[in-house]
Amino acid sequence: MLIKIPKNFSLKDSDVTDESVYYERRKLLKTMGFLGAGALLNSAISNKASAGFFSDDEVKFASQKLNYTQDNQNLDLIKTPEQKVISHNNFYEFGAKKNQPAELAQSFKVDPWQLTISGECDNPITLDYQDLTKKFALEERIYRLRCVEAWSMVIPWIGFPLASLLKKAAPNSKAKYVAFETLYDPKQMPGQASRRLGGGIEYPYVEGLRIDEAMNPLTLMSVGLYGKTLMPQNGAPIRLVVPWKYGFKSIKSIVAIKLLEHQPPTTWNKLAPREYGFYANVNPNHDHPRWSQASERRITSGGLFTRNRIETLPFNGYGEEVASLYQGMNLSKYY
Amino acid sequence: MTSRNIIFILKIFIHISALLPVLNLYYLALLDQLGADPVEAVIHFTGIGALNLLLITLCVSPLAKRLKKGYLLQTRRLLGLYAFTYALLHVVNFLAFEIQFDVALFFSEVIERPYITIGMLAFLLLSTLAITSFDGIKKKMKKKWQTLHNSIYFLIILVVIHFYWSVKSALILPIIYCLLCLIVLILRYQKLKRLILSIFV
Repeated sequence: MLIKIPKNFSLKDSDVTDESVYYERRKLLKTMGFLGAGALLNSAISNKASAGFFSDDEVKFASQKLNYTQDNQNLDLIKTPEQKVISHNNFYEFGAKKNQPAELAQSFKVDPWQLTISGECDNPITLDYQDLTKKFALEERIYRLRCVEAWSMVIPWIGFPLASLLKKAAPNSKAKYVAFETLYDPKQMPGQASRRLGGGIEYPYVEGLRIDEAMNPLTLMSVGLYGKTLMPQNGAPIRLVVPWKYGFKSIKSIVAIKLLEHQPPTTWNKLAPREYGFYANVNPNHDHPRWSQASERRITSGGLFTRNRIETLPFNGYGEEVASLYQGMNLSKYY
Repeated sequence: MTSRNIIFILKIFIHISALLPVLNLYYLALLDQLGADPVEAVIHFTGIGALNLLLITLCVSPLAKRLKKGYLLQTRRLLGLYAFTYALLHVVNFLAFEIQFDVALFFSEVIERPYITIGMLAFLLLSTLAITSFDGIKKKMKKKWQTLHNSIYFLIILVVIHFYWSVKSALILPIIYCLLCLIVLILRYQKLKRLILSIFV
């Protein structure tokens, strides 16, 4: 029997439910909680179930269908159901609990958007919202995404190679690294305004790649998944996907790309350099100091009783395409 | 209402409030209604639940003293055993759903990961308290029983450190629990002072 919330608690609002209202709902669930029941509702309730409770005044982000060429090569990969992909997210800008981004990000504004490419390049570019889906031919890429927390998903991303974008910007000979930055907007992203929600990391979120990693054919600028434009909780309107690295490298909601001479700082490395490196290549032989990386739980369909623990592969199984980038490099030193 | 009646009602209340959430948890798990990672959900829920129950258990004596209602002390064993139950589920969930019965991996994780080592120590200690919670054993152990059960003050510190070390970056909740732990310990400052002195003097 699901715990039902009586109608007289539901709040009367216009379409856009603002921040304070969401916090009221959190508080309500917390006061109902006893012996962790509150924590249960908070952390365990799926997006579907919470949508059932709160559907009255919720604004649901509207994604659009995309035109793209299908991925015919990776059809043997069992995909993670879309409902799980859009309801289980590490996106601390919208709360550090996995179900919070789906709940708190639905009124995120993606249009207008500006993505600037600058730095050591001959042709700095600015892309606007329409450019993101119209400027480059879109393709579907079914990739494994391996979180550093030792779970993984298989997601049919839609986007274009980062290499195409960078080639247009024409990096010069000084460009050795590429830096990325997420939007900083505490009004829209409550995790950036509140340390309690924001999970203790520094904002804006920054990431970086070596230029050869950025130019690798696998590296994707993604604007959609499962045939539609990205939902805010997945990093709308545009995000990076680097499938051979831990998921925290695949930075979301990007506003700036810079070509640099020197290695840029990256958010998780700043927080805990012993635990999160710059390279963050998926490596079953190099454990996180606090847990093993030799295996992972693959989230597909099926619930609690699914036997889904699998061996983690070096470079998340993309060694054929990327191992050559790291020849001669000590991967235990450069983790 | 006699104190016997009040205790009876209190115990019923404790049974219901402790059992309902965890039964609901596994019910939702069977229906796949716990989100995309039900394994993480059940492990977190039973962990936090065990910690909550431990803290509640540690509030009973100060409360009984303050309200001058000694019979409240009779709820401690029940609460403590529920704390153990949640902790047991927490460990079993970890072994069954996270590790998925790879016994070698289970042992290597317990040994190699400090936060799991300290958690396992706390669990073994709590198990000892649970096993010796019965009247028969209490009588046989005499003075040693109380010495053993005083280790709950050490246990709660282990549990709070286990929680703190398990978190990636969102330290706010572990810090709150550290404060709660401090409060329940400070509530018995005199008693703890005597205990610590008796060990070293």
